[in-house]
Amino acid sequence: MINMEKQRTNGIEMLRAEKIVKHFGNLTVLDGIDLSVQRGQVVVIIGPSGSGKTTLLRCINHLEKIDSGRIYIEGEMIGYREVNSKLVEDREATIARIRSQIGFVFQRFNLFPHMTALENVIEAPIHVLHQPKAEVKERAVALLEKVGLADKADAYPHKLSGGQQQRVAIARALAMNPKLMLFDEATSALDPELVGEVLKVMDQLAKEGMTMIVVTHEMGFAREVADEVIFMDHAVIVEEGTPEQIFDNPQHERTRAFLSMIL
Amino acid sequence: MFRWDIVGQYLFSGLFISAAWTTLWIAVISQVCGVIIGLFLALMRTSRYRWLSLPARFYIWIFRGSPLLVQLLLLYFGFPEVFPGLVPYITIYSAALIAFSFNEGAYMAEIVRAGITSVDPGQMEAAKSLGMRYALAMRRIILPQAARVIVPPLGNEFNNMLKTTSLASVIGLFELTYTAQVYGSQSFSYFELLVVATFYYLILTTLWGYIQSYIEKRMDPNRLTATELKAQKSWTQRMMGFGSRGDRLAGTRR
Repeated sequence: MINMEKQRTNGIEMLRAEKIVKHFGNLTVLDGIDLSVQRGQVVVIIGPSGSGKTTLLRCINHLEKIDSGRIYIEGEMIGYREVNSKLVEDREATIARIRSQIGFVFQRFNLFPHMTALENVIEAPIHVLHQPKAEVKERAVALLEKVGLADKADAYPHKLSGGQQQRVAIARALAMNPKLMLFDEATSALDPELVGEVLKVMDQLAKEGMTMIVVTHEMGFAREVADEVIFMDHAVIVEEGTPEQIFDNPQHERTRAFLSMIL
Repeated sequence: MFRWDIVGQYLFSGLFISAAWTTLWIAVISQVCGVIIGLFLALMRTSRYRWLSLPARFYIWIFRGSPLLVQLLLLYFGFPEVFPGLVPYITIYSAALIAFSFNEGAYMAEIVRAGITSVDPGQMEAAKSLGMRYALAMRRIILPQAARVIVPPLGNEFNNMLKTTSLASVIGLFELTYTAQVYGSQSFSYFELLVVATFYYLILTTLWGYIQSYIEKRMDPNRLTATELKAQKSWTQRMMGFGSRGDRLAGTRR
């Protein structure tokens, strides 16, 4: 197994999820998900809508509570602590501290509309990490440059296109120097001609060695950038492997059916 | 027989100017306190903890569900009777300020709550995903956006507050209405002095109308340019329903 080799060579486990179960009312959205992501790895999660991909991502930084299971970021459990082998939700401050190490990019960008692009980027480093403003600003300008928006630093979000907004959102997440970046259908809300500019930034990030978990419908991106592709359907991981294994030689009927519909 | 000379005599008298001043400061302090109380009530009300939201709901239920006049009378005449220890603290001024502030707090709570719930939930999620705690996210992200929704009704509340202060006349506070009543009955010129009081109320609410539209324009989310601002309703349009409309002006210019 190529993947196992890679995991061993990489060594450090960034994320570990064990038997994650999540219900919305009577509906089971995650039914015992196990996941392990090594540092520097890019994991792409694909699957039909309603398969639980987005919920899994939201559980990883505790935007959703889980009903059972464990999620560890670099060995530290997120969201809960164990008291007499029962899970108790963590203090807000603890959850916030762990979240500050995980970047999250939303489908709908969620930029702060009352702040300029630059203000969006510097907000959390200044007010959460209490870093000096001048230093943060310098880094923010560099980040905006990196995502190709140096000239838009003073623009308010509503003056930016969707693709530009999403790139600002990526810069905002990166400003926290995250260990791990989560992308939740980052290009799904974009006009087709704007998808490329966002994928380019994500591709560049992956090349720089950022650990990423990406939920997407962009199969081209998955094939080219992913170290590992996970196919989810009906709240479970049906199949996982290298892009070649999943796209060229899928083992499961459901994977084949999904890919034939989408490709 | 209506006597204009009496109106003229009292119109710019020190008596009414100081009464107008009393009306104004009672209204301003009550409104400011009302906003602060309302803010905390709204945060309690939107909390997921029932021990916070239930007391807030109860407070709002009591204060919105009973007449302010009764609350004022209860506070001034009722409470000192039942709790003699309060007697030194309940003056006409403190009773008026407390009653108006607490009552206003209940109304502001609903306005602030509407503002908070109007903000896209994605904003709170984005703030949390950046490691912000609830209080910081509220202060830096949610409330500044909620303010846009809160400010217009807040302006109307203060307009109301300027006039509501007249209720303090029942406990003998010399604001505009009580001043007009007392001096009017002494000189048998009720009508004339109430006209003077009305004049001052109109001055105060009109000035506030100006200030309100200025504030609303300043905090417009889209940071409208000067030309776009001209396309908005003029203050006469907003206050009285007539006057030039900017969009018509813009039309003729085209």
